[in-house]
Amino acid sequence: VWSSILRDRLLLVWLALVAATVLSWGLGTGSSSPPHITASVLILVVAFVKVRLIGAHFMELRQAPLFLKTLFDLYCLILCLTLIGVFVAV
Amino acid sequence: VNSHVHAETSPPQEVSRLKPADNSATSRHVPGEPGLWVLIFGDLVLFGALFTTFLVYRGHSPALFTRSQRALDVDLGVVNTLLLLASSLFVAIGVRGVRRRNRQLAPWMFTVALCCGAGFGFDKYLEYSDKVEHGITPATDTFYMFYYVLTGLHMLHVLLGMGVLAFLAAQARSTHIDVRRFAYIEGGACFWHLVDLLWIVLFPLLYLVRS
Repeated sequence: VWSSILRDRLLLVWLALVAATVLSWGLGTGSSSPPHITASVLILVVAFVKVRLIGAHFMELRQAPLFLKTLFDLYCLILCLTLIGVFVAV
Repeated sequence: VNSHVHAETSPPQEVSRLKPADNSATSRHVPGEPGLWVLIFGDLVLFGALFTTFLVYRGHSPALFTRSQRALDVDLGVVNTLLLLASSLFVAIGVRGVRRRNRQLAPWMFTVALCCGAGFGFDKYLEYSDKVEHGITPATDTFYMFYYVLTGLHMLHVLLGMGVLAFLAAQARSTHIDVRRFAYIEGGACFWHLVDLLWIVLFPLLYLVRS
């Protein structure tokens, strides 16, 4: 079991997810004065990098048929760009 | 009875079919049941639409959203994120455990993940009761309407997911795990990861993003 956990880099992925959470926490609560547009856009990008890591490694979409893997990647990309677009433009 | 005997007498074939990762180049494999992915993508699209609507409303009254957002406890939100991330790791290890026929490890991993889910629920209970004590309800303003609808919908997923994890822990204890039962376990695990990744977007959107 432990060899497959090492091979799939599960612990490494998990550490990256925790580090990204701490980074977003810092970006979102930092004492800098407004506007916080850049920090907020960065927070959204980090969130979707995390979503993609969870999909690829925890849901094992890395080994899924290309159609499913691509559909998930497209969802991440389209929603991330939509949310950033709406946040910046509206 | 026949299929049981067949599986018992031909373990190499069965084991290899439970291990897509070992020959990833030759046999790509849909985790769980294909039908489950229709449900997962349906959920992803629904939450995607809600997230977008939230930001549109935010854009129309940024001052109100920023003011209301300040009353949220970001630290509790971070603790909840870490709980769900840890639970996802335990579930992923549990699935590897089932694949490797480790009957001790997998049920434990699913049970620990279930406890993380319960911790998330307890945190949410603390958060909701604090808000209600301060007179903050969905009727307070648009921000809190979204806050209760989004976190409430997500909490429903957490509760459902905890039921799924209890089912996984019971299935993983079974002495005979065939391809179909393994697909249930993999699918249930993917549902739990969905609960995790929805929160991964929901948390920064409600608690951190500000203008």
